[in-house]
Amino acid sequence: MDYTLLFIQTLNGVQLGLLLFLVASGLTLVFGILDFVNLAHGSIYMLGAFISASLTFLTGNFVVAVLLALPITGAIGYLIERVLVRRLYARNHLDHVLATFGLILVIDTTVQILWGPAGISVPLPAWLNGQVELFPGVVMPTFRLAIIGAGLVVAAGLFWLVNHTRLGMLIRAGASNSTMVSALGVDIKTLFSLVFALGAMLAGLAGMLIAPITEASINMGGEVIITAFVVIIVGGIGSMKGAFVAAILIGLIDTLGRSFLDDLFALFMSQNAAETAAPAISAMLIYILMAVILALRPQGLFPPKVR
Amino acid sequence: MKRLLSAALAATMLTTPAFAREVKIGFVTTLTTGAAVIGNDIKKAVDLAMEHIGGKMAGLDVKLIYADDGFKPEIGKQVTDKLIKQENVDFVAGYIWSNVLLASRKSVLDSGKFLISANAGPSPLAGKLCNKNFFSTSWQNDQTPMAMGEYLNQKGVKSIYIIAPNYAAGKNMVAGVQRTFKGKILGKDMTTWPTQLDFSAELAKAKASGAEALWVFYPGKAGGAFMKQYQQAGLKDSMPLYTSFTIDALSLPKFQAAGFNDVLGSKFTQEWDPSLDNPQNKRFVADFKAKYGSYPSFYAAQAYDSIFLIKSAVEGVKGNLDDIDGMRAAMKSANFPSVRGKFTYGNNHFPIQNFYLREVVKDADGNWTTKVAKTVYKNNQDPYAAQCPLK
Amino acid sequence: MKTPLQAMTKTGWITAAVLLLLGVVPPLLMWMGNEFYLLLSTRLVILAVAAVSLNLILGYGGMASFGHAAFIGIGAYAMGIPVYHEFYGGAEAIASTNGWFQIGLAVGASALFALITGAISLRTKGVYFIMITMAFAQMVFYLFQSLDEYGGDDGLVIEMRSELPWINLDDPLQMYFLAFGTLLVTMLLVHLIVNSRFGMVLRVAKGNDERVVTLGYNTYLYRLTAYVIAGVIAGFAGWMMANFSSFISPSMTGWTRSGDLMFMVILGGTATALGPVLGAAAFVLIEEALSSVTVYWNLPFGLMLIGVVLFARGGLLGMLHGRRGDK
Repeated sequence: MDYTLLFIQTLNGVQLGLLLFLVASGLTLVFGILDFVNLAHGSIYMLGAFISASLTFLTGNFVVAVLLALPITGAIGYLIERVLVRRLYARNHLDHVLATFGLILVIDTTVQILWGPAGISVPLPAWLNGQVELFPGVVMPTFRLAIIGAGLVVAAGLFWLVNHTRLGMLIRAGASNSTMVSALGVDIKTLFSLVFALGAMLAGLAGMLIAPITEASINMGGEVIITAFVVIIVGGIGSMKGAFVAAILIGLIDTLGRSFLDDLFALFMSQNAAETAAPAISAMLIYILMAVILALRPQGLFPPKVR
Repeated sequence: MKRLLSAALAATMLTTPAFAREVKIGFVTTLTTGAAVIGNDIKKAVDLAMEHIGGKMAGLDVKLIYADDGFKPEIGKQVTDKLIKQENVDFVAGYIWSNVLLASRKSVLDSGKFLISANAGPSPLAGKLCNKNFFSTSWQNDQTPMAMGEYLNQKGVKSIYIIAPNYAAGKNMVAGVQRTFKGKILGKDMTTWPTQLDFSAELAKAKASGAEALWVFYPGKAGGAFMKQYQQAGLKDSMPLYTSFTIDALSLPKFQAAGFNDVLGSKFTQEWDPSLDNPQNKRFVADFKAKYGSYPSFYAAQAYDSIFLIKSAVEGVKGNLDDIDGMRAAMKSANFPSVRGKFTYGNNHFPIQNFYLREVVKDADGNWTTKVAKTVYKNNQDPYAAQCPLK
Repeated sequence: MKTPLQAMTKTGWITAAVLLLLGVVPPLLMWMGNEFYLLLSTRLVILAVAAVSLNLILGYGGMASFGHAAFIGIGAYAMGIPVYHEFYGGAEAIASTNGWFQIGLAVGASALFALITGAISLRTKGVYFIMITMAFAQMVFYLFQSLDEYGGDDGLVIEMRSELPWINLDDPLQMYFLAFGTLLVTMLLVHLIVNSRFGMVLRVAKGNDERVVTLGYNTYLYRLTAYVIAGVIAGFAGWMMANFSSFISPSMTGWTRSGDLMFMVILGGTATALGPVLGAAAFVLIEEALSSVTVYWNLPFGLMLIGVVLFARGGLLGMLHGRRGDK
């Protein structure tokens, strides 16, 4: 066993997991607190990538672009909530799924009309574009380490926000008893709009961070949204802790599966068959995980206490 | 005068029924999703070809019908069915993706129409499933990476690691490079297509394998993603990258805009290059640049050729579109001006052609493009031709 | 305010008219030389069969399955794999173009898959149920993708259609009538099930599970039975789909396909006999019409979906009845 490789792949897995956490945390906020199923969350992730890409070329600096793009994505989220989502709170989940699927088509096509189908390659500043040697033989791209750092900072910020601030208290209270929150003189509608905007910002941030790696491209949202749903279902809907644990778990399973499964399969099937089967089976692993967890714990790993 | 008029009238009356037909060409390509960037480039080339032939073949009007395969085999098959059943086209051309072509093959060939691939070259169609009514204006998938394998041998590369997407073309490409590369293959990863765009795990494995070089095949947007990540992983000095169909005229402007200077000097093999010196290519490249402001991609070049191949078929039978055998014979002779220069068709109707080593350079205006570094193969035929029962 | 009888009559009238239209118009178009519309209608009707089966569990049973396309895929591969071996050799035991054998395989495999995944999935509720059914369908998706011999992700062209006595599936008209006949039988079957005692329990349990449980019914078993029935019907639809399109691929089972089926049911009107058929028709026809006009057809299509949710509750059938925005 090559332990250096195992260590690098673990880091890669954690990085993927943290990126998933950024997407999933917004989703679980919206789902857990507003009880709203937002399939279009992935489209906001894509919007974040495109907006930051354009701003990178405009300002010439990726970091500045991200800082500018964050409030813009938040504002777009706010608008979407005011115009569409608000009207759907009283409806059932199926209506949410249908309407937000429509929203995906609208946003994705609009992006294709505005930015074209080509996708945008986002340049990084030199200090983010190199590599860091963590230990002798263990070299990681700086930017992937930066994603890990950003993910951990955001995660810490979210825990603090939800558990230790007045806003967090209102959010938690709003989820279980919106009339009581209203009675406290808090405008519950504005609160919900803000939560949705925060969720949009988190998704947008994830899109901005992946864009320098994979390019900003249309339909990138559809590829991440289902995995993000798996994360919040496994973790327990509405649970920030659950989303974090599940995201890291799924990031690791995916990366380690891709790394080592083909060699494992090659032990008992032909090399070619193993090369075809391994990526498919490793992609299947996370769904197997979800099914097993739901079969044993129908509410996910960390079901929220107040519901 | 009167006699002349009546003769002319009689001539029109005689010829009108036979010549009332128009040449109908269905062109299947990708116009939605991110891959539409390739389809759009192809569309530009086909429109330019139509302009160059004045919209006519052997005096007949040409009607072009574009269809979008949505980047999916089953949609490709559906639109192909529609072209055959609804539009009753004479030729179905296009097809970027091997899996779309394989799914659509039966619909076209069972109807007795001509199927012309302007890009995809999956091995079954070159071998056991070859068909008298199928023609390619591109290559068989294995060929381009075979030329790359040959180039690696010439460079004295001793070992490589392979990463490619897990679909029909990816498997052919890998088979191609394995067929000619004489050194060791220290590992191979097939990734999920087209969704997987993050290659961190694969790159780490490649690095750990200790291979001397890395070879990949990633067409379209995955190519851009891969190139970025290869650069971010800092493997440039320890593990040089050799690619097939990963860098093209569509991604080069994007790389240039992003200041991705590592791409300059990259080398890859192909059957065509904008700098090839023949009149047809000069006209094509110059007019394409003048009209659209960018270099044409190899996708565009092959699509441009496909229209001229069809034109040679229609002219070969003097516009008698019912003469299927005549049109087939005309196409088989490859007697049309190709942008890649003169080539011949093998028994399986895949080109027997040269393969060149292309190198990314700056042109006189500072734009990134490619030039021919050398000829790797002369008159190369694909390895599946022997399995094809056609003569 | 209409009496139930009047409403029934109107529904019955509309149903009869739509089915008559479906039975007559496509063959007529074929006869007029436009085969493409017959093919489009065949796809429409096969999808309608699957949508009707989904409606049994989603509409009447309250089980929002987001993985119904898995059964279509299972049915399709149950058709495609035997034909593949008949044509290319290997696996003598299952190599066959015999329609009965393939149907048996499709139905058996669908039933088994429904029984196992249903037994696990039905332990969960609400969104968890939606997601676990999706997870099982994704497993099928990746399983098919991992089958290198059957084309992996590229899918497989089916060289020979199933052989059945009396009908020749290579004839598009006979293929259409097979699909249309299946639709009629399926609608009748679902109608009978829903109006039986079994169906009553299923429907009441959707609204108030505890009450039915206290009455001594094991609602879990009722739901599981319905889930298996719906899966088997969709599996049969998959067998037809493989014969119709002569092509199978993993993407038949993808989550977007399951989503499409859900939307057909909701679009047409859940828990109605005709709703899923109307939904499938609207979905297929609008998609076809819009996509031939513009490559940006997804934009108006998306707006339409949103519009239906916001303004046409009860789906298209609800609209036909003039029920708008009822809460």
